[in-house]
Amino acid sequence: MIYSLIGYYSLIVGLIIGLSLFYFSYKNFNNSNILDTKILSFTFLQLFFVVISFLCLISSFVISDFSNETVFNNSHTTKPLFYKISGTWGNHEGSLLLWLLVLTLFIFLFLVRTKNQPVKYKILTLVFQQIIIVGFFLFLIKLSNPFNYIFPIPTEGLGLNPILQDPALAIHPPVLYLGYVGSSIIFSSVLAATSLKIISTSWASHIKKWILISWIFLTLGILLGSIWAYYELGWGGFWFWDPVENVSLMPWLALTTLLHCILVLEKKSILTSWVIILSIATFTLSMCGTFLVRSGILNSVHTFANDPERGLFILVFLFILIFLSILIFFFFHKDNERKSYSFFWLSKETSILINNWFMMYFLSVVLIGTVYPIFLDVISSQKISVGPPFYHKLIIPFLIPFLLMMAIGPKLKWIKSQLEDKIYLISFLIISILLAFLVLKNFNHNILINTILISSALYLFFMTLRDFFLQKYKNISQNIAHFGFSLLILSILFNNLFASEIITNLKVGETFENSKTKIVFESVDQKKEKNYNVIVANFFISNLNGEEDRFSPELRIYNQPVIATSEADIKTTLMSDKFIVINLVQNQDFFNVRYQVKPFMLWIWLSVILISFGGIVSFLQKRS
Amino acid sequence: MKNKILPFSVMIIFGIIFFIFYKGLEDSKIYTPDVNTKKEIPVFNSKEFFSRENVKSSSIFELDKFYLLNIWSSWCVPCRQEHPFLMNLNLDNEVNIIGMNYKDNLKNAENFLKELGNPYKEIFIDLDGTIAIEWGAYGVPESFLIYNNQIIKKYIGPLNKELVNEINLLIK
Amino acid sequence: MKIIRFFLIVILFYTFSALRADELDKRNNITKNLRCLVCQGQSIYDSDSEFATSLKILVDRKIDEGLTDAEIYEYFKNKYGEWILYDPKLNKNTYILWFMPLLIFLLGGAIIFKKLKKKHN
Repeated sequence: MIYSLIGYYSLIVGLIIGLSLFYFSYKNFNNSNILDTKILSFTFLQLFFVVISFLCLISSFVISDFSNETVFNNSHTTKPLFYKISGTWGNHEGSLLLWLLVLTLFIFLFLVRTKNQPVKYKILTLVFQQIIIVGFFLFLIKLSNPFNYIFPIPTEGLGLNPILQDPALAIHPPVLYLGYVGSSIIFSSVLAATSLKIISTSWASHIKKWILISWIFLTLGILLGSIWAYYELGWGGFWFWDPVENVSLMPWLALTTLLHCILVLEKKSILTSWVIILSIATFTLSMCGTFLVRSGILNSVHTFANDPERGLFILVFLFILIFLSILIFFFFHKDNERKSYSFFWLSKETSILINNWFMMYFLSVVLIGTVYPIFLDVISSQKISVGPPFYHKLIIPFLIPFLLMMAIGPKLKWIKSQLEDKIYLISFLIISILLAFLVLKNFNHNILINTILISSALYLFFMTLRDFFLQKYKNISQNIAHFGFSLLILSILFNNLFASEIITNLKVGETFENSKTKIVFESVDQKKEKNYNVIVANFFISNLNGEEDRFSPELRIYNQPVIATSEADIKTTLMSDKFIVINLVQNQDFFNVRYQVKPFMLWIWLSVILISFGGIVSFLQKRS
Repeated sequence: MKNKILPFSVMIIFGIIFFIFYKGLEDSKIYTPDVNTKKEIPVFNSKEFFSRENVKSSSIFELDKFYLLNIWSSWCVPCRQEHPFLMNLNLDNEVNIIGMNYKDNLKNAENFLKELGNPYKEIFIDLDGTIAIEWGAYGVPESFLIYNNQIIKKYIGPLNKELVNEINLLIK
Repeated sequence: MKIIRFFLIVILFYTFSALRADELDKRNNITKNLRCLVCQGQSIYDSDSEFATSLKILVDRKIDEGLTDAEIYEYFKNKYGEWILYDPKLNKNTYILWFMPLLIFLLGGAIIFKKLKKKHN
């Protein structure tokens, strides 16, 4: 209870500091060549109070203080300590406090780390960031207070939804938010730089580091979410094109585009308008995602408890930010590159433009697919669903030229270039096509599109691999990231094409057998764990290659809240995952058994790690 | 002039988007199929609940009479709540209540009727839940008001006092 | 003779199992494109709700009856509305959905093309 009090008043103090920072910034902006030390110390104090508030919430969770409404709604005394802590950000209120923490952390780091930039620019960035921060303080205190008090104090909490009790999901929100919310600093910075008309090559190389940080964390955050879906949801998939997943993919696409675009701006002062628009779009899309997820306007598997008032607040706030950006963009930004620069068709600039072109297309597909049902419902009350087939149909064909461009683009030089080693380029292409055809020759349907897809992915794979050894670590970060991407596409394709699945109903003691696989349902055990009861089913599975494995998928019945979940048993090897999950069938004595063999599953995770590793290398590189 | 058109049109576009999101906030996003559909009832074969003999849909539903088809199951908790309303509705004798026993253990179902009474004129069995899908149902309980082999109204979820009153109005 | 018979059986067995596999593929593809009404974020394929299990049985039955994919989708659309289909059909409600991204793609291409052409002026 004492923690709730401290936490709540820390928030109030943080808000007051935020407001006072506007005043100090105003004073400092007009008459100073150096940054007022008060600004720095107040920014630090704000961060400090948010951290205190956050620690208070964690403590309330750890000691199971049920006088706190958030703790009461999301925790339980029998929950393991690890999940008590992760429960802090597993709910709406706590996760917003985490948002605030990231917002204040980033602006503090920004002020400390930014050197060689005008003082006015720093101050203005702080002002824009404080607008966002104050908005979120108000939202937290007025509409999502994590420290609400309930009386009489309940003796037991309602518990955390068991599907959220998973190690990957426990660290997923902090990592994701570092990327998601971290993009706020890009937003504030670009608005400041636009207002002061200092968008230039030096600004570009300064902001590039911040773009990279957001990008790395966003990539890893999405990866963790995906891993969680694969291990915990028990459907054997890792990406469902669910609105909530799309919402995290959209800022990622915008951020990746921006990352490429900033490379051009860093070298020459062109594409400034485009960089500004992308920087604004990235954070706007993050906010828009938050709105879509938290307001309950979308129909998704992962919905937060929703409240229309909250949705309205975020919506109004989001559009205030959007209109502010539009005003600043049109009022201050004068595009003066028109006469000075033109593109040669075969150059690095052009290839990056083409990358931007495709990325924007992918972004528009995801965005339109996600929000279109809402628009249609409002305009004509027709209800439709937009699911995986839509995205596949519109994205997959465009991946082919995209992959080829990705292989060739980095080989081009700035301004004007010629393709060197044409023989290599073509021979690699032929090898890729032949190889793809060999892999797929026994495959019966959609052979054409799959062969082309795999060839282009293989092409990128070989080209990046060759560059890796030939280029002597020149531009190694790009090389690693592109190589990772080719690996990702290849693993996803193979994973899809060569997956096999058996769905059957089995009683204890029964055996299922087909030409390749034999599944023996040996026995069932019952056990009691700390916060759930569990039925363990024991399977013995052998296949034609003489591989034999024992599996023990579980059915868990959690005590608080009472929810039954299926825990898949997954055996991961380098080449493939074996995945088995069981389900109860109403009023039947058999279990529904689903057994899947999914090749290259591990490689999907590894390739995404490789992609973000490319980002990390780039981040650590000294500017040449 | 040209410099002003672009900002204004961008503003207007975002204004429209704001308005649509605002409107979209108002109603619930949980989808329920249309409840006022004038559709022919499906044709199906099933087994009678007590005798386990084959029955055809055409022999159950006659023309020019009101029927209430109720999908129920002994394991479904809301079915227990709505059962007294069905019993009351049966007393009035204005409408023939037909039961569809959904994915149930027949022993449990019989005990359920023994305990709470049997309001149904006839009951047939839907062991694997596929007949319910033919009807366009997706859960238990659901009820369909039928006249002249047409579905007049569909009720998703348990019946209550207001809904029973509504049914009584509709069949007059 | 025995050998020929053996081969015949083997061939029959293989064609039959291939047929079975295709049917399973077909069923999986269809159920992946149908949305579950009970747990509204999942496809029928992913869901284990009572409704989804029954629906899978029904899809199997419809395939056995020889219905085409399009007919099966139409059947479920009639029962539950457009909403149940994950793959929205092209009609007056969805023109914008399908064509807007492509339009954006063309527009982007045009802008880039214009930038490149400027060189010659």
